[in-house]
Amino acid sequence: MALLEAFNVAAGYGETEILHGVSITVNTGEVVTIIGPNGCGKSTLMKAIVGLVRVRAGSVHFRGVDISDQDPEQTVRIGLCYVPQTDNVFPSMTIRENLEIGAFVRRDDYQFRIDEMLKLFPDLRRSARLKAGTLSGGQRQMLAIARALMLDPVLLLLDEPSAGLAPALVEGVFKRIRDINSTGVSILLVEQNARESLRISDRGYVLSGGVNQLQDTGPALLDNPEVGRVYLGG
Amino acid sequence: MNLVSSQPQNLARPSRRNLRRIGRRMSSGRISALLAAGLLILGFLPFVKLGLVVNGLILGSVIALGAIGLTLVYGILKLGNFAHGDYMALGAYVAFFIVDGVLPRVGIEGAGLGPFTFGFPVLIALPLAAAVVALGAIALDALIYRRLRDRTASTAILMMASLGVAISIRGLVQLIWSGETQHYPRESRQVFHLPMDVRIPPDGIFVAILAVILVAGVYALLTYTKMGKAMRATSDNPTLALVSGINTRQVVWWTWGIGGALAAIAGVLLAVVQAQLLPIMGWKFLIPLFAAVILGGIGNPYGALIGALVVGVSMELSTQWINPSYKPAVAFAIMIGVLLARPRGIFGDAQ
Repeated sequence: MALLEAFNVAAGYGETEILHGVSITVNTGEVVTIIGPNGCGKSTLMKAIVGLVRVRAGSVHFRGVDISDQDPEQTVRIGLCYVPQTDNVFPSMTIRENLEIGAFVRRDDYQFRIDEMLKLFPDLRRSARLKAGTLSGGQRQMLAIARALMLDPVLLLLDEPSAGLAPALVEGVFKRIRDINSTGVSILLVEQNARESLRISDRGYVLSGGVNQLQDTGPALLDNPEVGRVYLGG
Repeated sequence: MNLVSSQPQNLARPSRRNLRRIGRRMSSGRISALLAAGLLILGFLPFVKLGLVVNGLILGSVIALGAIGLTLVYGILKLGNFAHGDYMALGAYVAFFIVDGVLPRVGIEGAGLGPFTFGFPVLIALPLAAAVVALGAIALDALIYRRLRDRTASTAILMMASLGVAISIRGLVQLIWSGETQHYPRESRQVFHLPMDVRIPPDGIFVAILAVILVAGVYALLTYTKMGKAMRATSDNPTLALVSGINTRQVVWWTWGIGGALAAIAGVLLAVVQAQLLPIMGWKFLIPLFAAVILGGIGNPYGALIGALVVGVSMELSTQWINPSYKPAVAFAIMIGVLLARPRGIFGDAQ
């Protein structure tokens, strides 16, 4: 059954419309990647799903419930957690405090979850008292993902988790994403790093100019000569 | 001549840059700035009247109460609130209304409580005035600032709006309580004499202790409570706070509530220390407030506290050499100096 279903979504900023009717689905347990050139609306689609950008036309359903007009602070309560591409930590707060904010809407004692996260990301455990602003790019990205995982999300939305990372770190990030997925979290990825992300994805979508271009399974998109030429660098 | 003099400079430049880089790596340049400030203060101490330092710390604690609210509001709403000084004045006058107009009717009157010049009524009025200004600040946000934010108004527009609010509040205060000097009922009291010609007015001790308690309270709130953490998170990154499920509207209310309450208390304490109320008192206090906030790194409440003490002491110390009426100018000079040399303040990151 479709976990997330965005149907014909139109959205944008001010006068400019970026998305002109994009449709995607994520099924339970899947990793789905959205690729496409800069400015095609990948990030805007994510923001529209979590409610940071208003859905002007079309609809977004999550577990069968219409969330098209939901506020972002509500979206997180139904198990949809989002990691922005940049500015995805609270720089003046410590790693532990960042994780606490991640658990903001939890009502139980989430201490065990913090311990789990620090176990999952050993880099963070060593510096749990450091301010997030002092972390390296890779650590920061790990913290951003850990923050989003604090709520045991049903669906994790990651906006370019490998952006700005040293090539040596990129592989590690994708491996982590695979690991997180294997614990039962469905994942929707937006990626510039198309080859790496399609490799770990069950399915993928290609957006272009704010509309759907192509959709297929991850391996099939990797083998698709047109996708290869345009998005994977030949 | 020019050639000769420019050469050693060019040689010196890279090494200076290296030094700076090393400093930044060790401590983001923060420690060196603090050290320099500390040495400067220590070096001056022998030439300075200690009594003025004490006065400065008392003034600084009043500035701190206003500055912490101002910096919180800036951090969370990105609004440089020009009306903050007038929130202080409003608090002082609301307390005056309670002390002068309400409490006597129920038989509560008096001055000269223990060693203090003011009486029990002021202590009752203090929390009430804080509550009134806190609610007023929240109401003004709902009425004006929230509407502007919803229309994604720029920082400049928000600041201009706050300027309008400032003028309106002052006008209102003047309309209700007149432009005449007023004061809380008071009885004169002996000042404490300490060695080295230090004289401490008992009121000053009250002001300083209350400020310490309140600042500690704000610190505890920001550090340990869920709402405090939510406020810091919203100040750091409002979008991420929103997608973390933080109700930013509530955060805004709390920010205005705390800022308004602290401003009101600062206003009452200022009126006690100055032994008078004037409608203009808050507006005149705005420059020391902003100087403290900017010195501490705008948006940083802990920085604002240190900034306030530095500004307060500097203002009082300046009277040893220059006319006391130039006190605000000293604060202004500090503000300009910091903006030129270290725009992000002592505690802000370099760059």
